[in-house]
Amino acid sequence: MDIRLDNITHSYDDFEIMRDISLDIPSGQIVCIVGPSGCGKSTLLRIIGGLERPSSGAALQLGEPPAGCLNPLTYIFQDFALLPWRSVAGNVSLVLEDHGIKDAKAQAIIDDVLARTKLADFSKALPKQLSGGMKQRVAIARALAVNPAVMLMDEPLSALDSQTRELLMDDLVDLWTRQPFTAIYVTHNLAEAVRLGHRVVVLSRRPGQIREVVDIDKPLAERAFGDADLDSHQKHLWQLMRDEARAADAELINV
Amino acid sequence: MSDTGKSVVFRGGGFAPKSRRWVGLAVFVGLIAIAEWGTRSGWISALTMPKPSDVLETFRELYDSGLLFKHLGPSLSRLVVGATIGVSVGISVGVLIALFSYIRSGLVPLVAAIFPIPKIALLPLFVIWFGIGEGSKYALIAFGTFTPTVVATYGAVDNVDRTLIRMGQSFGLSWWSIVRKIVLPGAMPGILSGLRISLAIAIILLVAAEMLGAEFGIGAYILEAGSLYDLERLFAGVVILSLLGVIVSSLIGLVELWLLDWRT
Repeated sequence: MDIRLDNITHSYDDFEIMRDISLDIPSGQIVCIVGPSGCGKSTLLRIIGGLERPSSGAALQLGEPPAGCLNPLTYIFQDFALLPWRSVAGNVSLVLEDHGIKDAKAQAIIDDVLARTKLADFSKALPKQLSGGMKQRVAIARALAVNPAVMLMDEPLSALDSQTRELLMDDLVDLWTRQPFTAIYVTHNLAEAVRLGHRVVVLSRRPGQIREVVDIDKPLAERAFGDADLDSHQKHLWQLMRDEARAADAELINV
Repeated sequence: MSDTGKSVVFRGGGFAPKSRRWVGLAVFVGLIAIAEWGTRSGWISALTMPKPSDVLETFRELYDSGLLFKHLGPSLSRLVVGATIGVSVGISVGVLIALFSYIRSGLVPLVAAIFPIPKIALLPLFVIWFGIGEGSKYALIAFGTFTPTVVATYGAVDNVDRTLIRMGQSFGLSWWSIVRKIVLPGAMPGILSGLRISLAIAIILLVAAEMLGAEFGIGAYILEAGSLYDLERLFAGVVILSLLGVIVSSLIGLVELWLLDWRT
C-alpha cells in the first residue's frame, strides 16, 4: 500500500502551517521528513494517520493494505504512549483485544513481536520498571503486532539519550532488513534521517513547503555510524536547513 | 585560609516528610491520657468532658447488651447503599461531563449550584419524596456523596494523559474501549482520592439522615444521647464514627495499593 499526499494545505484559524505538500511514499521504504521546528512536520504526520483533518488537499491510500493487517496506519509516538497500568504484554494485547484476538492467538502474536524487539524476558514488567529505550521498543512491538501497512513515526528517538538512540537505530535497521516495512519518519535529527531514510524530505519553515527531496541509495544495512558519504548527505541537508532554522528560531511563537 | 579548608555548609534536606510509624497512635494515646488525667484530678470538670474510662465502660455496656450491632447494622447498610448509589452515579456523571461538551456546559453550573447546599436542610424534602423509612436516608447520603464524586471524577478524567487517548484512537480502538481501558484507569488515582472525601461526607451525613424516623443507628444513638446531655454515650457514639472513618480511609488505602501499584 502506497501513500500519496495530494496538495495538503493546513492552517489553524488564519495561521498557515503548511502549504501545497504533495508527496508519494512508496511501500517498503522509509521516508524521513525533516524541517525546522514549527514547520508542521508532526501535524503532517497526524494528517496522514487521520488524527487531524487538513484544511485542503488529502492524504490518500493507494491500493489495499496487505492481508492480515489490523491497523494500516500505525503510530509510534515520541513519548511512547504506553499504558502505565498494563504490563509489557498487556500493552501489546491492548491493540489486539478490539479486533477480537484473544487467548492463544493473541499470545502467539505477543510472543512473536516481543521476540523481534528483544523483550521476551520482560513481558510481565510494568512500564515504570523499563528504561526509555525499552519503553520505545515496547511501543515498536505494539505497532508490529497490528501488522501495519505504514508506520508513522513521530520523533520516536527524540526522548532518548544519544547512546540509546544509536542502539535503537540499529534495532530499527535490523527489523527493516529482516522484513522491510513502510514508514514515514518525522525527526529534527539529521543523523537519524540519513541513517534510516531511503528518502529525506526537507520542509521549509512555516508555512511548511517541500524544499528538496534527497534520495539516499546506500542500503540501510550498510550504513554505519560516522559514514563519510552519509556525513556529506547530512552536511548538504544542514546547508538547506540552517538559514530556515535560524529564521524559525527568531520568530515569535503565536500558536 | 588554612590548609584544612572549611567544610561546605549542608543546606539540602527537609521538604520530604517520611512516614513514621506509631507516631499517629502516640498522639491519640497522649491526648486520651491527658483527658483521663485531667478529669480524674478535677481540673477538667465532668460537665466539660466525660472521663475516657467511663466512655470505654459505656462502650463495653453497649457491646455486652448487643445494642452495638443493633445500632451499627442499620447505619452500615444506610452508609453502604447510600454511598454506593451516590458514588456510582457520581462517577458516571463525572465521566460524561468530562467527555461531552454539551453535558459539560449543561451540568457543571448545576453541580456548582448543588454542591454548597447543606444536604441536611433537604432532609424534610427527602422524607416527602422518598418516605420516612430507609428511602430518605439512602437519598440523603447518596446526594451528599454525589457532588464531591462528580467534581473529583471530571477533574481526574480531564487530567488523563491526552497522548494515551490519541494512541487509543490511532490504533482504532472503539470509544467504549478507550473509556474502559484508558480513561477510567487513568482517572482512577483522582477518583480514589475524591472517594476519601465523599465517604467521609457520607459518614457525616449518617447522623443527619438518622435525625428523622430512625429508632436504631449510630446517628440516632448520638442524637438521643445529645438531647439528654449524656456525654459518655455521646462520646461513645462519636468514637464509633471516628473509627468508621479510619477504617474506610484505610480500606481506600488498600484499594489504592492494589489498583495503583503502577504509579511511580
